Amino acid sequence: MPQMNMIQALNSAMDVMLGRDPSVVIMGEDVGYFGGVFRCTEGLQRKYGEHRVLDTPIAEGGIVATAIGMAVNGLRPVAEIQFADYIYPAYDQIVSELARIRHRSGGEFSAPVVVRTPCGGGIRGGQTHSQSPEALFAHICGIKVVMPSNPYDAKGLLITAIEDDDPVIFFEPKRIYNGPFDGDPHKPAVPWSTHPKGEVPDGHYTVPIGKAEVARQGSELTIVTYGTMVHVSEAAARGLGLDAEIIDVRTMVPLDTDAICGSVARTGRCVIVHEATRFGGFGAELSATIQEQCFWNLQAPILRVAGWDTPYPHAFEWEYFPGQARVARALKAVMEAA
Amino acid sequence: MVSKSRLHVPKTPARPGDQPDFSYLRLSPAGKTPRPDSTAPASEIRYLSEGLVRVLDDAHQAVGPWHPHLDAKDLQVGLRHMLLTRVFDDRMQRIQRSGKISFYMRSMGEEAISVAMGMALRPTDMAFPSYRNQALYFVRGRPVVDLMCQLLSNTRDMCKGRQLPVMYQWREGRIFSISGNLATQFPQAVGWAMAAAIKGTDDVAVSWLGDGSSAEADFHHALLFASVYQAPVILNVVNNQWAISTFQGFAGGEHQTFAARGPGFGIAGVRVDGNDFLAVHAVTQWAAERARLGRGPTLIEHVTYRAAAHSTSDDPSRYRPKDDYERFPLGDPVERLKQHLIRLNEWSEERHAALIAELEEHVAASWKEAVSYGTLSDGPRLDPRLMFEDVFKDMPAHLARQEAELRAELEQK
Repeated sequence: MPQMNMIQALNSAMDVMLGRDPSVVIMGEDVGYFGGVFRCTEGLQRKYGEHRVLDTPIAEGGIVATAIGMAVNGLRPVAEIQFADYIYPAYDQIVSELARIRHRSGGEFSAPVVVRTPCGGGIRGGQTHSQSPEALFAHICGIKVVMPSNPYDAKGLLITAIEDDDPVIFFEPKRIYNGPFDGDPHKPAVPWSTHPKGEVPDGHYTVPIGKAEVARQGSELTIVTYGTMVHVSEAAARGLGLDAEIIDVRTMVPLDTDAICGSVARTGRCVIVHEATRFGGFGAELSATIQEQCFWNLQAPILRVAGWDTPYPHAFEWEYFPGQARVARALKAVMEAA
Repeated sequence: MVSKSRLHVPKTPARPGDQPDFSYLRLSPAGKTPRPDSTAPASEIRYLSEGLVRVLDDAHQAVGPWHPHLDAKDLQVGLRHMLLTRVFDDRMQRIQRSGKISFYMRSMGEEAISVAMGMALRPTDMAFPSYRNQALYFVRGRPVVDLMCQLLSNTRDMCKGRQLPVMYQWREGRIFSISGNLATQFPQAVGWAMAAAIKGTDDVAVSWLGDGSSAEADFHHALLFASVYQAPVILNVVNNQWAISTFQGFAGGEHQTFAARGPGFGIAGVRVDGNDFLAVHAVTQWAAERARLGRGPTLIEHVTYRAAAHSTSDDPSRYRPKDDYERFPLGDPVERLKQHLIRLNEWSEERHAALIAELEEHVAASWKEAVSYGTLSDGPRLDPRLMFEDVFKDMPAHLARQEAELRAELEQK
């Protein structure tokens, strides 16, 4: 089977969908001739033309708003916001418009827009190229929110998102575009070709939205995580010799509570790990849901590991990033609880 | 009826492998654009937004009504600031390539804009810069070593390790902090100017953004508020033709000039040769006087060219002809001011070479000093606990707890 990194897998998903469905259009800053600053749309304009792959003005609010209009007129726009940190000018269009058009129009209108955007830190991006704002979107009713952790899922989930009749915000953890990352910046980079999920079929396939995946089966405790932190969590548990079950959430909305709570009910211990800031983060929703459903199975308090509640600092990137040490402390604390 | 509706896609004049093509640029000869009184109503001076104010002609003479008649000494100071900026940029670019700093953005080709404007303004006027206005710091007297410490995120970093390289600020020098998100500073400058008017001072606010970021809604908010309240602000579109890979046509520059957005909002719009130090200086003086006389805002479009890559993460050979800049019809701002001074018998090739050597030495010595305060990888380092400070004025309990957690984490390592 072909090996792809996450960039190639996302490119392949868009290529497949542009080829299959004439209503699919790609739009965003530098996505056309140049192929995107992270190369995710490379070659697509050359292959499908300037009316299918559109370079846009630098106006995120305008990009999402016109994508909505196109979608209302029967197209399926896939809009790229160059960095998740730049998505806020589009926030009103996403929150007040995109998320609610179906509901407010009694189901008469809908806008199947996909907004792709690279998120997360670990690339020396400072406060405006490192954020993980998924909780700000998961809190909004009417949009689906997805974050893959590997190339196979990235392609399958993006195809599903494009085919979905509802709007989807699709977060791409850019630190793992080129390879899985276990949280240690001093180790040499590892390519996706060393990882089973770097095997990606060329053609059309889907990964369902709304289904979590067991990234590793285990019995001693459950780690609920997503994106880059799936790999960091695996390494942290391995480092402690723990038989952890690792649930890759993959989709924040709709959330696969059965898979998550089923696992925690079995293991009785749970640590939640995400890179985004902790306060009001998506981990709070996970923790509350797990507590509601698994209270009588829990042998220890649920702990959250997250980025600190500060902007992402350029010089202290690795003190900010919830690396293996921070995850390991939480794992030990949960295991040592009575 | 057969539909003739068809999506228009702006044409990019030249891509790699093509001949550079600047036939789209509307130029006019130096000295030809009239200079109205700075109190003229915006509706009567629309021509300024469609023409091109130029002072230096092709023979490097200063001509026409916008000639600012500056002392040769001032021109030499301007040349020095521009050259320092270029020498500094070149050195920082090379240092980024060697891995000592994580990121850099050069302003090559655009130096005249920040230098001439910085010199034409008062030091008390407030600047809301973009990320390519580093020359303002030199005009206002900030030592080179201070900027280097920011680039290094070291123990003397004015941003305390929190910001990407080039996102400087200087409260005392009246230069605002840079966001990293585009265009946000533009309406903020208008608000600052509104406050100056409310307080009754004669300070002016000045802001810059690129042709590309003029597409953001913030640009339009700025023009609208500036127009409604007739704020004492100078709003600048640095039209350097390229927003990373995207040609200015995609920002709306194809059908009319950026300066013409001004009259659309009832604001004076002036299109100026951004590579002509004298023209930029003259237009800035005009706009500042206009603002101080209570005649409101000016939108200035500086026609220039981004000669360097967008940033150290960018490779322009992938999207534009390699020799594009060499064919840019408005030339190079440093070279043009140099030739003008030589023509005035106030400069020479020898003095120019000596100045470059002096500045290179100064920059090299400054770098040596800067790294003694630490780099990202060696030497003294800022305390990581600084990341928890300044989130709020007083640190709330949850951040104090997280700071303690981090300390425990680091001690364990």
